[in-house]
Amino acid sequence: MSKSLVPTMAQMASEGKEPEILFWVGCAGSFDARAQKVTKAFVKIMQATEIDFAILGNEESCTGDPARRAGNEFVFQMQALQNIETLNMYKVKKIVTACPHCFNSLKNEYPTLGGHYDVIHHTELLQQLIEDGRLKLEGGGTFQGKKITYHDSCYLGRVNGVYEAPRKVLEELDADLVEMKRCKTNGLCCGAGGAQMFKEDEPGNKRINVERIEEALETGAGIIAANCPFCLTMMQDGVTGKNKENEVMVLDLAELIVDQIN
Amino acid sequence: MIQQILFALVSILGFGLAGRQFMKIRRNILLGGEEDVSGNAPQRLRNMLLIAFGQKKMFKRPIPAVLHFILYVAFVITQIELIEILIDGFTGQHRVFATSLGGFYTFIISFIEVLSLGAFIATFIFLIRRNALTIPRFKKPEMKGWPTLDANLILLFEIILLVGIFTMNGTDTVIQQNNLDPAHYPNTGNLAVSSWLGPMLFGGLSFESLQILERAGWWLHILMVLVFLNYLPHSKHLHFLLACPTSRGEMENMPAIMNEVKSMMGIGGDDAGTDMAMEEELPEFGANDVFGLSWKNVMDAYSCTECGRCTSVCPANITGKKLSPRKILMDIRDRATDIGKKLDSGLDNYKANPEAPLTKDNFDDGTNLFDHISREEIHACTTCNACVEACPVLINPLEPILKLRRYEILTESAGPADWLPMFTALENTGAVWSMPTPRDQWATDMVSEQAESN
Ligand code: SF4
Ligand code: SF4
Repeated sequence: MSKSLVPTMAQMASEGKEPEILFWVGCAGSFDARAQKVTKAFVKIMQATEIDFAILGNEESCTGDPARRAGNEFVFQMQALQNIETLNMYKVKKIVTACPHCFNSLKNEYPTLGGHYDVIHHTELLQQLIEDGRLKLEGGGTFQGKKITYHDSCYLGRVNGVYEAPRKVLEELDADLVEMKRCKTNGLCCGAGGAQMFKEDEPGNKRINVERIEEALETGAGIIAANCPFCLTMMQDGVTGKNKENEVMVLDLAELIVDQIN
Repeated sequence: MIQQILFALVSILGFGLAGRQFMKIRRNILLGGEEDVSGNAPQRLRNMLLIAFGQKKMFKRPIPAVLHFILYVAFVITQIELIEILIDGFTGQHRVFATSLGGFYTFIISFIEVLSLGAFIATFIFLIRRNALTIPRFKKPEMKGWPTLDANLILLFEIILLVGIFTMNGTDTVIQQNNLDPAHYPNTGNLAVSSWLGPMLFGGLSFESLQILERAGWWLHILMVLVFLNYLPHSKHLHFLLACPTSRGEMENMPAIMNEVKSMMGIGGDDAGTDMAMEEELPEFGANDVFGLSWKNVMDAYSCTECGRCTSVCPANITGKKLSPRKILMDIRDRATDIGKKLDSGLDNYKANPEAPLTKDNFDDGTNLFDHISREEIHACTTCNACVEACPVLINPLEPILKLRRYEILTESAGPADWLPMFTALENTGAVWSMPTPRDQWATDMVSEQAESN
């Protein structure tokens, strides 16, 4: 077995170390081929900026968010209590995650179940790194002057009120940030939330991601930036459905940034 | 004297009937279960004041917000005048406070008049907006019939009320200006609107006509207030009184489930026990009827203004799904009212246990909330919180939807079949998909990928 570049909490603990921050990968970030790219990009950024981090590896379990939104409180609490036990065992204090659903559960729902952590979303960490000067982007890089539009995920935006940090990160790219008609508090869902990701749609005129992608395409942007693995899938499906996959890219913020530091 | 007796009868009857109806609504709201509202009291109070006075959320759509704000303030402030009307009515005096308050009286009444004039204009704009313009959220299926009539009726009442106020003040002004009976009609000072509108409308009339018109305006005013109060319980405009803040996004933990899970996992919490297993009947989880919701949810339903802002931003609704958050609220209210009426009837066939008296705990009419809200509707929700964000009176339409989902999944073991593999995967592998690879395979892959690129 080759040695992983990414330390786990267990390895750290066996060496008597406690990392500064835990990177919570999430189910999508771990298993979904598309989201894995985001995970890797974010890891590269953290390594490049020398952040002292670790992952839980096989000790991580789904936060339970999709089960809870589907109504399966039982499965949610099983997941949550299990995770809290693990997190508390390692005395985790700070968590960063690239998934707004994990972010919301860990930040807002775990405390009442006994898990108290300082949780940030990876777009917030990116913004902090830029602000602190730890992350320097080559100005005038690949994106200079290009049109980028940003899709607010529901659970980072409306539910947790994080609208500015990701936008500030995008501004650093010297790109031309164009907003969709429905943005920020008024942003339209990509259609994946509430465990919709795992089932067929109810009958209707349109899929939600199609409605959203039409709005994104209207901006004329060549890049649609997102902050959530499920949004990525939904938006990419929408772009592909419109046969625009050669003109329009759907990328996570971490992917946009990592290209600039190599 | 006759006027005083008549007034006493009418107002006691009016207030009494309205009071009875409000008690019924209170009862209907309490059909819902408990809710912990103790937490975060200062925040709640702040929110409440913000909605009441600032109409905080409405300012996202500025035109209707300003109009609503005028109507709301005009409505609330006008009620100060009611104190005087009541005293006058019972004692047979005329404008008791005019002389004692002097300039301050002129100020208050003028203030009311200016607001009323604004309200008059706002009401007309609303009538046009609702009936002549095609704003999609006013034309959804759940708005057919009564809800649209309701909206128009309330605007009509508002206009009649305002006509009453201006007739009463206008004629009074003309009487004072002509010094017709200073003993009975004390000087109110120059009122902001009536001092010019009064002479314009009622200028040339005889003292008799003025007196009659003044009384007519006065009666119209108090009668409309009473009609309003009695109409309110049947109307969406109950939100005037009930709007109260909600928490967002956060879901309550279900203690019964927590105990069960803890005992299963062998985590000994202080109260982690086997209570649930020992109970003879399995408890119900979630809600299939008003009884399973919290009183806060039911009150939300009664305070919904049916404005449809939630529905107009709902991604499911926008893309043609059946789900409409407004309809969910309206269904809950209709069902609560229905249960209330059935409880009032006292009929045996609504009893769950025929031996015991009919109460909310001994109630079974063979239907429940799922007869109003279809499964298709609740399944379509993406829990995106757009409805919660959009609601001007801080209603949370998402909460009841999730409670219905909980009932379906936990109590009925039903729900979309597509979700079963996800639940199974979670229970068996701790991930939403059943995967053969380890969770951190990507990290191992990174090593070989970096080796390749070097
Ligand atoms: S949370 Fe559900 S009901 Fe509310 S707007 Fe979103 S999809 Fe519609
Ligand atoms: S729930 Fe709120 S937004 Fe929706 S119709 Fe009722 S008052 Fe309007």
